[in-house]
Parts: sequence; C-alpha cells; structure tokens
Amino acid sequence: MDENYDVIVLGTGLTECVLSGILSVEGKKVLHIDRQDFYGGESASLNLSQLYGKFKPTSQKPELRGRDRDWCVDLIPKFLMANGELTNILVHTDVTRYIEFKQISGSYVYRGGKISKVPANETEALKSSLMGIFEKRRMKGFLEFIQNYDDDVPSTHQGLNLDSNTMDEVYNYFRLESGTKDFIGHAMALWSTDDYLKEVARPTYERIILYVQSVAKYGKSPYIYPLYGLGELPQGFARLSAIYGGTYMLDTPIDEVLYKEVDGVSKFDGVVTKEGKAKAPIVIADPTYFPEKVKKTGQRVIRAMCILDHTIPGTNDLDSIQIIIPQNQVGRKHDIYIAVVSDVHCVVPKGYYLAIVSTIIETDSPHVELEPAFKLLGSRVDTLMGIADIYEPINDGTSDGIYISKSYDASSHFETTTDDIKDLYFRITGKPLVLTKRPNAEEEEANAGVAA
Amino acid sequence: MSFPNPATSVKLVLLGEAAVGKSSLVLRFVSNDFQENKEPTIGAAFLTQKCTIGERTIKYEIWDTAGQERFASLAPMYYRNAQAAIVVYDITKPASFIKARHWVKELHEQASKDITIALVGNKYDLVEDDNEEDGLRKVSVEEGKGLAEEEGLLFFETSAKTSYNVNDVFIGIGSKIPETNAGNGAAPADQTGGEGRIDLTSNSVAANRAGECAC
Repeated sequence: MDENYDVIVLGTGLTECVLSGILSVEGKKVLHIDRQDFYGGESASLNLSQLYGKFKPTSQKPELRGRDRDWCVDLIPKFLMANGELTNILVHTDVTRYIEFKQISGSYVYRGGKISKVPANETEALKSSLMGIFEKRRMKGFLEFIQNYDDDVPSTHQGLNLDSNTMDEVYNYFRLESGTKDFIGHAMALWSTDDYLKEVARPTYERIILYVQSVAKYGKSPYIYPLYGLGELPQGFARLSAIYGGTYMLDTPIDEVLYKEVDGVSKFDGVVTKEGKAKAPIVIADPTYFPEKVKKTGQRVIRAMCILDHTIPGTNDLDSIQIIIPQNQVGRKHDIYIAVVSDVHCVVPKGYYLAIVSTIIETDSPHVELEPAFKLLGSRVDTLMGIADIYEPINDGTSDGIYISKSYDASSHFETTTDDIKDLYFRITGKPLVLTKRPNAEEEEANAGVAA
Repeated sequence: MSFPNPATSVKLVLLGEAAVGKSSLVLRFVSNDFQENKEPTIGAAFLTQKCTIGERTIKYEIWDTAGQERFASLAPMYYRNAQAAIVVYDITKPASFIKARHWVKELHEQASKDITIALVGNKYDLVEDDNEEDGLRKVSVEEGKGLAEEEGLLFFETSAKTSYNVNDVFIGIGSKIPETNAGNGAAPADQTGGEGRIDLTSNSVAANRAGECAC
C-alpha cells in the first residue's frame, strides 16, 4: 500500500471524520483507519444485532418487528442545534448533499412532576403553563432584554453588564422565580448544572440566543436530526474525505505505532497494520487508540436506550422530542436528558419509538438515578444500558504529533464536539478553522463540463 | 408545443473492483469523454446526467465509490435509497468477475430489494480483435450472462474507451425502473416519511424534494 501520508486518522467518530474531511479538502493526503468494521466509532448508530451484541450479548432479544438494518440506534444521544456550529460546518462542506434532516418536533422541560413545552419567544412565554400570570410578564421582559441587547447601544443594557454581572444577578433584576431560572438555564441555555448562576452572564446570554435563533429557523424546536440516525454524520464527512482523495480502511486494527526520536523527543512516525507500514508526521485519534495518553475527567455518563411502542405521555403524540429534567427538580446536581426519535427519522420500524436517557452519574446505583426519566416514558419494550468514562488528552499533541479528541460528553447537543474539532484543527494547523463554501452541485457539474 | 415530463431522480451507485473502469464508464456517459490512464476518482461528490427513455426523463444521480471500495470500506450511506446499481468487472481480469459476484451479494443484503442492477463487463475494446485461442478475454460472455440470469440482473459488455454499449446500460436501467419508484426524488417517500424534511441551506421547511426544478 501507499506508504507516506500527511495525516493518519485513527477512529471514524464524528470528530475524526470532520477533521479528515476538512484536511482532505485542503489538499492533505489522509489515511483513515478504524479497527471496527463499521463507521462511527463511539458516535455510530447501530443496527439491532450490533446493538444487542454490544449491550446484551448473552440474553435473548425481545421479539421486534422490522429488519436488522431498519434499526439505527445512536450510541451517543445528541441533537443538532439548527443554528449551531455543526450545522454551519455541514452547510459549508456541502455534506448536506448526502444527509437529509428533519426537525425534532418539540422541546420539553420537567417541572413540578409534569412536562411542558419550553417557550422560545415572548408569545409562547405568555401562553406557557410553566408560569403564573405575573411571572409570564417578567419572563416576557427578560426575553425582550435578551433579544434587544446590543453591545453598542447602552440603552438596551438596562444598567446590566453581561461581562461583570453574574447570571443570577440578571435573573434577579427581572425578579424571575427559581423555577423560571431552572428552565431558562437548563432547557434554553442548556447548562447541565447550576454553576453558571455564579458566573458572568455573557456565555448564558449567548446560549439563549443560539436557542432562540435555532427555534426561529424552522419553528417547532431548536433541534434537527439526520434521517437514519447520527451515524450518518461521520459517514457523510468520511465520504467528503474520500472524494478528495482520502484512503479508508475499516476493520483494520493497529498492530504497532511507530515513533522516532527528534531532539530527544519521541514523535509519532506512523502505524503498522495488516496492509503494511504507513507513515505520517501527524496522527489524529480518538481516546481508545492511545489509552496511555489520555486521562479520565472523572465524569461518568450513563446512557439508557429505551425501546418503546408508544409516544411519550403528555406530548400530544409528538414523533420526536427532547425532555430536560433540570437537576433541581429531582434533587440532583446534573440534569437528565431524554431524546426521543421514531420511524419518521428512519431509525426504527413504524410503531416503535426510541428514547435515549442520559445523565452524569452521581451515586453508586446509576440506573436508579434514571428513574424520574423512566416514569415519564411509560412502559418500555426493552432497555439497554451502558456506562462510559469521559476521557480527554493529557497533552495537546504539539510536541509528539499525536492529536487526541475528547470523548463525547453528556451534553444534549454537538456544540462541545465542534469546540473540540476547532481546537484540534488549530493545534494541528496553527491557524483557526475558517470554512469556505465548496462549489454546489450545479457549479460542480459546470466545472466538470469545462474540464471534459 | 410539447410538455416534457419533469425528470425523475434516480440514485445510481457504482460497484466493482478498483481499476475496472467504473469512473471511465460514467465519464463516457456523462460527458462522452474518455481519458487514458485516468487517476483514481477525486473531487466529484456525484455526477448527474439526464436520460430520456420514450416518454420519461430520468435524472441519474451517479455515486462513485471514491475509492472507499478499495479496502472494503463502503459506508451503508452509499447504498441507502439507491434505486439502481451498476456492478462493473473487467472482462480481461477473472478476479474482478469474482469480486462482481461479491458486490451483487452485498447489494442484495444492503440495498432495497427492488433495486435495479446491471452487470457490466467493461474493456470490450481490448478483446475486439481477439483470436479464439490466446486472446485477452478471460471472462466469457456466457459466464457474465449466466451470473446475470441467476441473480436477475441486466447484462452488458461495454467499452468506455470506444463508448460501445455505454448509453445502452443507462437506457436499459432506466426502462426497468418502475415509475412509482422514481416519483419522489432519490428517496422514496414511503421509506423516509416524505414530509417535513428541511433544507439546511435555506431557512424554510421543504415539504419534499419533488418540487425542485429538474432543469
């Protein structure tokens, strides 16, 4: 096989595939390897036999309709923010040509034992059952402040300073109740703990803006989701990489990592696989390929994939929703997330629903921690649970040429993943990631015509 | 005045061992061109070409493997909602014919069951002047036909170099694709729940892609 590359990428998770795609488009010669025989690594969507093979290898799986591949169950439950950075990357790389998206039909928050729709604008706030009549007016005032805030126009600041006032001070200025703070901070700004209250307001302000703008984009919720599951995302970026010359080898374990000494420092030099030796000055890898070069963050995530044969009670039979259970509401330190998708997203056969429940573990009996979520789901056909440690690299890779991604965290969206992608790109290339639009289908056709 | 039918989109995937001429075949069909010693496929996401068959116009969205077949690393996405496939082998290379059997099997497992498949033995130009005994041809017409009949495939021998039979492959496939299948863009609505798909490049909800301008 070809011996020398600019970059070797190990693992076909989303982070690795996005970087592989972008670097290939930029003209780098990329070799992309995965030890497993499917795309996606930790961010894959599994068919039924892969799923039961991974989570319940010894037990009999229940009678389920549909073919094996009619099931695409995400290992990491996340949604894309319609106006978020991953959407931006998809559009700029034109990977949208391979993947179709649908909206998630609703965004809900748990409060006082039941779930309600998260109001995303002033009109919805006035109709929401989450607040009493006076609180609704205060919420309306708060949302207007957020929407109208302009750094350059002091009159829109109402005497507040986003860079010195804490978020709690901003809430208190608008005299918002603690329950209202809960759903703004957790269901709109999507913080999973209450730490943000004591920090300056700007990051929370930015997150609320992202939420509001994402809702405004398509209407029903701020979230979008790819048909056939999240596993399509790494596949789409892998295809981008391949059409720009990237070489793909799945089902190829790494037999040996090669190093060379440069000025007394051991640097990455290449890998040995069943296909032979491949060399490159740089490797990008997920944490499983370099266990000695990553550390546990201390956070552990529990994820439960629940197969249902009904919609979530109290949601007017919506085909897909996100439910956030703010930590305060159930006496916890971290929120519990529920992501529900169905056959309209082509991830289960008709009549089934997938609810993936996740949270950061706080006790010695993590499955019990998910009980408040299970209560909301009603009866379950089957439940598969997995616990994962969250890893991050020990070094930034600049000295040994080994650039390692972070594990996918417990957050409900991809914003932290795209932060990691941009950070890795900067460390690898020394410049910030600037996305330039690829020619679209018609332009490409025209160019092909000229070349011929 | 005539009213041409709107073109119906058909996703067509190419399969076959490396260097059997998959890209050359498409290049010949799409731009009636052939390049000797063509580099492996780079930079083309997929090519499109319209094909008129009687009353119908079919717009092929042709997906090349982009080299992902080389180490058996084609993604499920590649086969997803493909309504047609061309499995290519080189009639001078027996190993490529064995590989073609493998791809046909793979299609039966991975693709939708009503996919239209054409088996194509390429590089006919190399054997045109063959003697009976020691020619370059290593896979006989009968072997090709046999496999095609066994598996219910269309069968052609082609030359991307001379363009022999190339258009016939695409016309043959087009006339075999059921009308109902090709009505709603590359993805049949009954499989993908048609409505509510969104176009990330615009700000509005597109009901489906059938309304797209086909020109």
